[in-house]
Amino acid sequence: MPLARFLPRWLLPACAALLLAACAAQPQWQLNDVKGHLPDLKFQMTNDLGQPVTAATYHGKLVLLYFGYTHCPDVCPLTLVHLHTVLQKLGKPADDVRILFVTVDPVRDTVPVLHQYVTAFDPRIVGLTGTQDAIAQLAKRYRAFYQRETPKTASGDYEVTHSSAIYIFDRQGRARLLATPGDSNDAILHDLKILAEQPT
Amino acid sequence: MNLRALLAGAMLAIGVCASAAPASPPIQVQHAWIRWLPARLPVAGYAVIVNDGDGLLRLTGASSPDYAMVMLHHSRLAQGDSTMEMVDHLDIPAHGSAELAPGGYHLMLMHATRAIEPGDKVPVILQFAGGTSLQVDFSVLPANASGPPVSD
Repeated sequence: MPLARFLPRWLLPACAALLLAACAAQPQWQLNDVKGHLPDLKFQMTNDLGQPVTAATYHGKLVLLYFGYTHCPDVCPLTLVHLHTVLQKLGKPADDVRILFVTVDPVRDTVPVLHQYVTAFDPRIVGLTGTQDAIAQLAKRYRAFYQRETPKTASGDYEVTHSSAIYIFDRQGRARLLATPGDSNDAILHDLKILAEQPT
Repeated sequence: MNLRALLAGAMLAIGVCASAAPASPPIQVQHAWIRWLPARLPVAGYAVIVNDGDGLLRLTGASSPDYAMVMLHHSRLAQGDSTMEMVDHLDIPAHGSAELAPGGYHLMLMHATRAIEPGDKVPVILQFAGGTSLQVDFSVLPANASGPPVSD
């Protein structure tokens, strides 16, 4: 006997409407949704193997873009360890994720140093360097800030103040989400899962 | 008793002796570790400093035979920008503790005088106001470690 006969007449259309709404609904992002507010991924740089790369190289991958430098022993490693932990938890879909670590200190961050640094954290992290101009342009494109500070010691060691945001792009290179240090690993994991499942 | 158990017992005995030794003022340093980085890059050292004494304890500096320079630093996140600043001291309240932890206060160790690898121990001498100093072995953990094991 069909179940529908026992249900109120209005219930089925209501259910159908709800289902439709659920399908059309925007995902409940936990990070900042920047879709349409930041430009698509675009750059011409050199990766940590010394090969020329552009945004097209990472077409088909989810990209997490972060600006940092290797003489940064505290905050940059902390961020990379967080992202490494997120990718471990994400499991198989993490194979399609690339973390692009763009140096804001190209003078000291030579290709070999960059390579050793990023691979110490996770094989899915790519170090990117380029001309001062290329780096400045990429930072400007995403309103990221960096500034070399005056050396505070006689040895001339200097720090670089830099934006700490993580910019997340979909497989077509469209800027989708922005994570800041206040966002938990779970929030990043939650949103990456949704993004990884979205049809291309 | 096998050799490993014997060794463990001996190490435990040494540990007990070290902590039972009369110390003045009473300072305990726990979970001391360094995040290893390649290419002799500057690294950060972390620990929990416990002050069992009745007075304020002030960490004023540190040194290590393995690094030419050790500085007390503080990472700050101001309006989304990450910046590191040198600080000249860190206070540990009486019967309290202070944490050197990722993203906050930490020791910055620069210019390694030997090749350091994960698994190594790096001796660090912590200097406190009043002339007290304490040598602590920091465990060198891999770059992507989240911290020392909880049982450490």
